[in-house]
This record gives sequence, structure tokens and C-alpha cells, in this order.
Amino acid sequence: METVAGFLPIIAALPFLGALLPGLMIQAGRNTCAAFTAAPTILAITLLLICAPAVMRGEVLTFGLDWLPSLCLNVNFMLDGLGLLFAGLILGIGLLIILYARFYLSREDPMGQFYTYLLLFQGAMVGIVLSDNILLLLIFWELTSLSSFLLIGYWKHLPEGRQGARMALTVTGLGGLAMIAGMLILGQIAGSHDLSVILTQKEAIQASPMYLPALILILLGCFTKSAQFPFHFWLPHAMAAPTPVSAYLHSATMVKAGLFLMARMWPVLAGTPEWFWIVASTGLITMVMAAKIALFKDDLKALLAFSTVSHLGLITMLLGLGTRAAAVVAVFHIINHATFKAALFMTAGIIDHEAHSRDIKRLGGLRHLMPITFTIATIAALSMAGIPPLNGYLSKEMMLAEVAETHWIGPAWTMGALATLGALFSVAYSFRYIAHVFLGRERSDYPARPHDPGFGMWAAPGILALLVVLIGIMPMTFAGDLVRVTAGAVTQSDPHVKIYLWHGFVPAFWMSVIAVLGGAVLLWLHAPMARLWEATPRPEAKAMFDALTSAATRGATALTDGLHNGALMRNAAVFSVTVLVAGWLAWQGGTVQPPTRAALPVTPVPAMGWLLLVVATGLLVVYHRARFTALVLIGVVGLMVSLGFVYFSAPDLAMTQISVEVVTIILLLLALNFLPRETPVESTPGRRARDTIIALAGGVAVAGLSYAILLRDFAQESISAFHLANSYKGGGGTNVVNVILVDFRGYDTYGEIIVLGIAALVIFALTEAVLRGPGGRWLANWDRPELPEAGDRHPLMMVVATRVMMPISLMVGAYIFLRGHNEPGGGFIAGLIVAIAFLMQYMASGYAWAEARQRVTNHATIGIGVLIATVTGLGAWLAGRPFLTSDYGYLHFPPIEEFEWATAMAFDVGVFLTVLGAVMLALQSLSSMARRAGETVNIEPMDIDPTRDSEEGR
Amino acid sequence: MELLMASAIGVMTAAGLYLVLRLRTFPVILGLALLTYAVNFFLFASGRLVVNAPPVLRDGVERYTDPLPQALVLTAIVISFGMTAVVVMMALGAYLSSRDDDVSLPPEDESPEGGA
Repeated sequence: METVAGFLPIIAALPFLGALLPGLMIQAGRNTCAAFTAAPTILAITLLLICAPAVMRGEVLTFGLDWLPSLCLNVNFMLDGLGLLFAGLILGIGLLIILYARFYLSREDPMGQFYTYLLLFQGAMVGIVLSDNILLLLIFWELTSLSSFLLIGYWKHLPEGRQGARMALTVTGLGGLAMIAGMLILGQIAGSHDLSVILTQKEAIQASPMYLPALILILLGCFTKSAQFPFHFWLPHAMAAPTPVSAYLHSATMVKAGLFLMARMWPVLAGTPEWFWIVASTGLITMVMAAKIALFKDDLKALLAFSTVSHLGLITMLLGLGTRAAAVVAVFHIINHATFKAALFMTAGIIDHEAHSRDIKRLGGLRHLMPITFTIATIAALSMAGIPPLNGYLSKEMMLAEVAETHWIGPAWTMGALATLGALFSVAYSFRYIAHVFLGRERSDYPARPHDPGFGMWAAPGILALLVVLIGIMPMTFAGDLVRVTAGAVTQSDPHVKIYLWHGFVPAFWMSVIAVLGGAVLLWLHAPMARLWEATPRPEAKAMFDALTSAATRGATALTDGLHNGALMRNAAVFSVTVLVAGWLAWQGGTVQPPTRAALPVTPVPAMGWLLLVVATGLLVVYHRARFTALVLIGVVGLMVSLGFVYFSAPDLAMTQISVEVVTIILLLLALNFLPRETPVESTPGRRARDTIIALAGGVAVAGLSYAILLRDFAQESISAFHLANSYKGGGGTNVVNVILVDFRGYDTYGEIIVLGIAALVIFALTEAVLRGPGGRWLANWDRPELPEAGDRHPLMMVVATRVMMPISLMVGAYIFLRGHNEPGGGFIAGLIVAIAFLMQYMASGYAWAEARQRVTNHATIGIGVLIATVTGLGAWLAGRPFLTSDYGYLHFPPIEEFEWATAMAFDVGVFLTVLGAVMLALQSLSSMARRAGETVNIEPMDIDPTRDSEEGR
Repeated sequence: MELLMASAIGVMTAAGLYLVLRLRTFPVILGLALLTYAVNFFLFASGRLVVNAPPVLRDGVERYTDPLPQALVLTAIVISFGMTAVVVMMALGAYLSSRDDDVSLPPEDESPEGGA
């Protein structure tokens, strides 16, 4: 049993894995493609059959795998009778559909795509019926909505297909959202998200005050999926799909997912008055209403669609009754409906395929032209009408018997009468399917010459029609056990199942007789009634749906445009105000404790720094239109920030800040080369006033918050003590900040250098794109504004000075890097320092000159950096430890002092190289812009070279 | 000293916000840079202000400042450099491509055609 249960996840996964095959195999021809689509399905059926005997014995197979236990989301599968029935239907009919679709799809249709979608859908459906965890079930549930969207819209060139797909996705998707909420409530009540636990909690769930909300939300999901009134309207529109899809999704499987879930939840949700009134009433209304509409539909598929809605209503009603006997009938009718309705859809597809029309008004008299199709369609339609000895008769008779004993509203016979009326309509449209399509005179104006299709196309409906007859004649042999086990799973008991053809002259028999005779009369009166139907106005669901969705779209567009119309300042203002309001609300929600820390005394030097910072910031706002001035001022601010870090015991931060500052300012200077030097006055005084208010509010809020934090101790003990205590013992370094970066939080740093590398590559790609586009053309023809510039661009003094400084700066970089583990420094800072050392060469002699002397490209530097960090991290695996676990030790070379090595050092090399490469790549990109603008490329290192001049003079 | 720190953060935030709300790319970039300073300072200050106690272990020294915010801010500084650089290049690319450094949309683009 253990081993058999292990097949469950494989059964669920097979269609998904198989979905990869059709796309690949379509190159090998359509037959091969179909065969490779069928293979995973056949394999899944085989595995299911291996599991079947245990289930038929009454066992429940379960398989569990932890996924996200903290969210109660586990990969738990379960196979009981109900799951077995549905999985068998989904896979079995799926296989027939694959066969049928092979011959149905025309040469122009992308078949690989179709089969891929079909298998995805199949996998999602199987997932639903095998899930034990309701959250897992929800995932599969949404997957069916998505994959059915792809299938319904398969013929992308048809607007009806696209609209139908969208409508189906909207309705079932919204229902799915409601169901998520319902399931979560249910999980809360039951204390578990596993069905096997939930199903045992009937008393707790029904006694809970949240029972009704959960019930309504879950039923919303079921009703939308199973097209119950008032959500039935999407199903007829989904008929724009290819017929195999209609036969599969809209008769046998997806629309039954709602029924499945109602049956699944039956043990805990059913039996209350709420359940009875909501479910049984909805089912009854749907059944009668849809059957009436179906009678007046001329499109074969629309007729079948509404008849499907009607039959789904019937099953819903049976489940709603809440009695065990009714549940047995519901299960039996699910089987019967799947067989005859899928067969009918396929015959409708055959007629459409061969006669090129499925409009009843243009058909008729096909019985001699298509004898095989006629036979199959007649058997299936008679079963749908409930004519003995076919399987539809059995379940309908049993349904009528159940209904006759149920008291709904009004007199005791209301429900029975309405159900009989529904059955009567059902008989009428079933007869119409036979009479108006196949019987009557042969016509001379068919759109195409109808004839029976090849064996491959009628094989699938033929098999189903055979089942219809066999189950009808020998129900106990062919369906008895399955119904018993399934109904046992639904009702959590061992029901007594006895299906037979003749019950005697019971009320149900007379109701059946009335339905058949009345249906025949109704068909006889069809022509005048159809005229009456056409003349009466009725609500058009599609128009209402379209109006509703376009209103929702307009509302959403208006809201989005109001918040975010593409203009940055509006977005930024909305964002700032939102953050401020959120912060204010949060502030209101708490209480402010008295200060617990004494303030540090103010000393003159930091006070001077503060003054400089505040004045520079103020001047920056006032003079921000003069862009060079603004750049100088922001440099001052950055410098003061660095000094602040120095003063408040953060040497690493200070070094990083100052080197970043240098690089940033140079970058901005270079960029300003191409941008206007002045910002024009554009904003109105009103807008400036508004912005000032927002800015001041933000500033005051942040200042207040900071001040409040600074004067209070930690509310809870921080984890910093751990880092201080373990930095040397565990990481082998005394500079705790550096050890945190390369060791404790090495994984963060690893991610960060990758981000930095990506940012540099983005800059590079952006530049390339701009230079290739109109921006590059404009640059090439740019008339540089006449600005006062220095006489020589590469002055002698600067070249000489930078050459002398180069080795010194590199040595400083190396020193900062090496001491990083124990003293302030490290890879980040060293990378920036070395980048600045190179930068000086570029500034002195121009980028082209320096680039010609560069052996390794910047892209490679970034790549090597990330690679070294990765390899270092992976090295820990060799020692059998997690990624990025560090190690360290000491080496002793006799004349020198003891020397420490740490793997973190290698990691820091990666950081160093990535930072260096990223900074250099950004500058390289800017310089390539300058070169496009016609900047002369210097071959010589400096403009005026005394040695060169003297050589020339000689 | 705490008051000075808090007010510095507030002043930089206010100036940064004001500049971010301007209409041209360059002031917006400057505003972002100022906001970066403010945020980094704020994060750093969450470790509380301590003078003369850098988190570099020394024998016989017991008092150290909180190293964790420092490590976080160090990476934040480097990342914000990357961000600034990307934003600068975006601004530059936009200006070169359209000869305009306006961050609002021209009026004709303001209401894109909706519908299916």
C-alpha cells in the first residue's frame, strides 16, 4: 500500500511533464505528436488502475510531502472513491479527446500547442481531484482557470474565442478568489488545511459563526466553475472553443470541478438548512431555466452547452438535498452525464466538421448521409432525454424519486413539479437534436456534402455510446461498485446502492412518463413557440457582462491614471504623502515611552559639521537650478556625512562613503557634460508651495522619529551582541563590520555584488541602446556649446602627478584590502579606491589612451569577481558545510610575523573585483558617449610633452 | 548631539523630497542622492549614537558600538551608488533620445487610449 500511494504525485505530475512533449514532437508529424500526447495519459491511467483495487476495497491512499509547513501548504495527495472516479473520468475521456482531436484539428491549426494546453489542463484537473491539502487544491483550481483560458481562446483569430476565453477566465477566476477566502476560513475553523482532517470536523465547522461566510464563499467558487445560475452565462460563450475542448472541459471535466468540490465538502458542509436552501435552490433554478433556453438554441453547441448547464444544475440540486440517497444519485448522474454529453459534443463536432455548419436550421435529414454519426448521436441523445434502457434514464428516474420526497417551498409537490418540468424540457431538446438534425427530408443546400468521418474520429464517441448502453442495461455490473465506493467517499459511509431499471408504478415513473410525452408535444409545437421566444425580450448576459467589465476597467484606469499618469512628480508626490499618512497612522497607534538614554553633549567640531551640512543642503535647494553649483554643494553634504560616520565610530562607513562620493560626483560631472547646465523655472508657485509642504512634513516627521529613537534604548535585545562575541572566535577577524559582511551575512553580500554587477551591465546596455538610436545620431552631429575650457585637455602636470600616484594608490588599495578583516577596510572600499586610482589616469590622459592599456575588460572583471565569490562559497560544500561557510587559520613564515588566512578573504577578492569592474564599466559607458560626440581620441598621453618636442626638434 | 543628528536627517529628507518633486531629471537625481544620505544616516542611527567605540575588537576594550547597522549601511551605500549610476544613465539616455529632460509626460500622451 505504501508503494501504491507513492504513485499519486506521479499521476498528478505526468500530464505536466508530458506537456513538454507535443511541442517537440509536432516536428515529427501529427500522428507522432498525438501518440506522444497520449503516452503520459496512458501511463497515468495505468498507475491509477494499479491504485484502483485498494480504493475499491475501501482504502484511502495518502501521500504527504512537506512543502511550506509554516504556511500549512503541503504536497499532500489523497485517493479515495471520489478521487478515483474523477481521475478516471479526466484521464479516460482525456485520452478519447486526444484521439478525437487528432482528426478534428485541421492542418493549419498548431497541434503541438493544442496538445500542450490540453495536457496542462489535464494535469491541473487531476491535481484538484487528488489533492488532500486544500491550499494545494486551490493552486490546481486556479491552474484549470488559466489553462482553460488558453484552450477556449485557442483559435486566436476568432473574436468570439478571445471574448469567450476572457469571460470564462473572469467569471471562474473571480469565483476562485472567493473560494480562496472561503477555504482559508474553513482551514482556520478546522485547525488544519488537510482535507483528511477537515472532513472529520463536521460539528466544529457547522457550529462555527464563520460557517455561513465560508459556505457562501466556497459555493461562489463552485457555482462559477460549474456554471450555476446566475453565473451560467460564460459556458455558452466558451463554446467558441474547438469542439474537443468543449467536449472535454465543458461536459466532462472542468465544469464538474465545482460539483467535485461540493461532493468533496459534502460531509462537513452539507446537511444544514443553509446548504439545502442555497445549493438545492440554485441547482433547481439552473436546471429548469437552462433546459428551457436550450430548447430554443439553433446552434448545436449552444444547445448542448445549455443542456450541460441544466444537467449540472440537476446534480447540484441532488447534492443540495443533503441526503445520502441523493448523493448516490448525484454520483451516478455525474458518470452518466460525462458519457453521453461528451459523445454528443463529439457528434456535434463531427457534423460541424463534415457538413460545415452546426446551425440546426441549415441541417436535417442527415440520417442516411451519416448513418454512423446518426446512431451514436441518437443513443446519446436518448440517454440524455432519459429513455430506457439507457443510463440517463436510470439516474433521472432516481433523481425524480428523490425529489418527489423533498419538500421545498409552497405545496409539497413544488420541487417534484419543477423537476419534472426540467426533465420535460430536457426530453424536448434531446428529441430536437435527433429530429431536426438527422430526421426529416434530405436537403440539397448543405454548406458541404455531409458524410461519415473516418474511424479515428467516430471511435471516441462510439466507445462512449457503447458505455451508455452497457451501463443502462447492466448498471450494477458496469457502474455499481464505482458508484458505491464514490458515494461512500462523498457521504463518509457505506451506502446501499441498488440500481435497477424497473421500479414499479411509483410516482417517479409517472413523472418520467409525463416528461417524455410532454417533451414530445413540446417539440411538435416547437416552431410557433420559437417564434414567441424570439419575440419576447430577455436579458442579454453578454451585454451586461461587457458593461460591467468596461465600467470596472474605466474605474481602474481612472484610479491608476489619477495616482500614476506617467509623470514622475505626481507619482512621487502620491507616494510621499501615502508614506507620511501611513507613518502618522502608525504613530497614532502606539504610545511613546519616556526617554531612557541620556543625550550626548554637543561639542564644537561636530556642531560645525552639522552647520555646514544644513547650510549646504539649504543652499542646494535654493540654487538647484544652477547645476554645477548644486553638484559642488551636494559634494559638501556627502563629505559631512562621511565625517559624521567618522565621529560616531563607523570608520568603515566613512571610508566607503567618501570613496563612493568621489566616484558619484565624477559620474554626475561627466553626465552633466551632455545635459543642460541650467534647470528652467517651470513649476507654478502653487506647485512649489505644495511641494514645500510635503517636503517639510516629511522632514519634520523623519526628524521627530529619529530623535525619538535616538533617545530610547532597544525595545528588545538586538542580535549585535552575538556578532561582537563571535566575530573573532567564529570568523577570525576583529573588524566586526567586515566579518559581518563577508561571513555572518555573506549571502547578503553575495547577492549584493551580483546586483551591483547587473546594475553596471544595465548601464552598459542602456548606453549601447541609446547610441544605436536617435540619441547616438544626435550626439554625432552635436554642436558643442561654446564654454570656457582649460587650454589643454591633458595637462602635463596632471599626467605626471597621476603617474607617480598610481602605484601609491594601488598600494593603498592593497593595504586597505588586506587589513580589512581586522581593521577598517575590506573589499568594498579597496575596490572603490583602486577604481579611483584608475580614474585618475583616465582623467589625465583620456579614456581611449587608458583603455588601450587595459588588458582585462570590465565585463570580465565583474564576471571573475562574482565567480570567485561563488567558488569560495561552493568550497564550503567540499568540507560538507553549507554554502559560504567560512574557515580560517594561521600560517607562519619564519622571518615574518604570523600570517592569518581566511576563506572570507577569497570572498572579499570577489567583492573587490566586482566593485572595481562595476565602477569602471559605468565610466566606460559614459566615455563611449563622449567619443560619439566627436571628442578627439588622443594617442599621446599628454597634449604638451617636452620629451617628444625635444625629440622632434632634434 | 542626538538633536543635531535627527535634525540633519530631517533637513536632508525635506530637501531630498522637494528636489525629487521637481520637473527635470537632474534635480530628481540630486534629490534621490540626498534621500539616500538621509536614509543611510537614519539606518545607521538606529544603532544609537556612540562616540569613540568603533566595532573593531581590541584586547581589554569592552565597549563597542553596534556593528550590525554599520554593515547594513555599508552595503546600502554601495548599492545606492549602483542605483544612482543607473538613474543617471537613464536620465542621460532619455535626454539624448528625446532632447528633453522633463520627467512629466507631454500633454498628448497623458490619456492613452484604453479598451481591448
